[in-house]
Amino acid sequence: MERAIVLAASAIGAGLAAIAGIGPGIGEGFAVGKACEAIGRQPESSGAVTRTMFVGCAVAESTGIYGLVIALLLMFANPFIGKL
Amino acid sequence: MHGSTEVNVTGPKISFEVFGIKVTETVVISWIVMAIIIGLILFLTHNMSLKKPGKRQIIAEWIVTTFNNLVKDSMGKRNVHYAPYMTTIFMFSIFGSLISLIGLRPVTGDYNTTLAWALITFIMIQVCKIKNDGFIGYLKGFTQPIKLLTPLNIISEIATPVSMSFRHFGNIASGIVITQLLYYALTAASNAIGLSFPVFAVAVPSVLSVYFDLFTGFMQAFIFTMLSMAYIGATYPEEENS
Repeated sequence: MERAIVLAASAIGAGLAAIAGIGPGIGEGFAVGKACEAIGRQPESSGAVTRTMFVGCAVAESTGIYGLVIALLLMFANPFIGKL
Repeated sequence: MHGSTEVNVTGPKISFEVFGIKVTETVVISWIVMAIIIGLILFLTHNMSLKKPGKRQIIAEWIVTTFNNLVKDSMGKRNVHYAPYMTTIFMFSIFGSLISLIGLRPVTGDYNTTLAWALITFIMIQVCKIKNDGFIGYLKGFTQPIKLLTPLNIISEIATPVSMSFRHFGNIASGIVITQLLYYALTAASNAIGLSFPVFAVAVPSVLSVYFDLFTGFMQAFIFTMLSMAYIGATYPEEENS
């Protein structure tokens, strides 16, 4: 019974951790939109803008990745099962 | 019955043990990746000549020039000696991710690999800082702009390798997990409509594989290299005549 509760709670927690994807989604959308605007205004600098945008997107993504790592931990390397 | 009926997502398996040290799949596949890279480089730089460059030599020169220019653009002209390290990381990362195309587990899908690379970059950042500011100046740098922010500065310093390694690991590992889940779902869907052979599971995952293996693998290698260059380059004072 305890095991079932822990498993269920872990699954719910993993799902909740994946909500962290909302933030990077919005942020990267903004970044790409602005990059498109910049390329539209100055098409000759598209190479530099694209490169900077990808690095910026990667940095913005890290919070989402933290959520993903926690979800993965809860699902495949659950630290709470061992404590029962 | 074809296909797995159970979701089976695991970490790297243990290949063999030497004197009690467990050698995982990741390490063995890293050796394969290293062998591929060394073989490729030996193949490309074989029979080089100044007078009559062959096709292979032109490819090798193109790779070297591209990376030299990339490092020059983002770190300044005098830091071009970092290009070999960046090229190494990029090549290892991209081949380590693309090895999943031939059905092996990607090397970068293991946190140990990316953490090791991030720690190398982290040590390089700290060494460059000490080299540029002196040890006292390095310690003083943590109390900037006011002394109250010292703990935050230390945390942000440690967050660099953590975020770099988790980013690379998370992107590749999520690709593995999603591909596995999709494969399972498609197999279940094929079974549900009474097909003995999982027809859906044959072609559809390859579309995702283009994104997760090719695009993500290339993108993450590029981003890891770019971030290493940005962090190390930021420790140098501004260049006067850049």
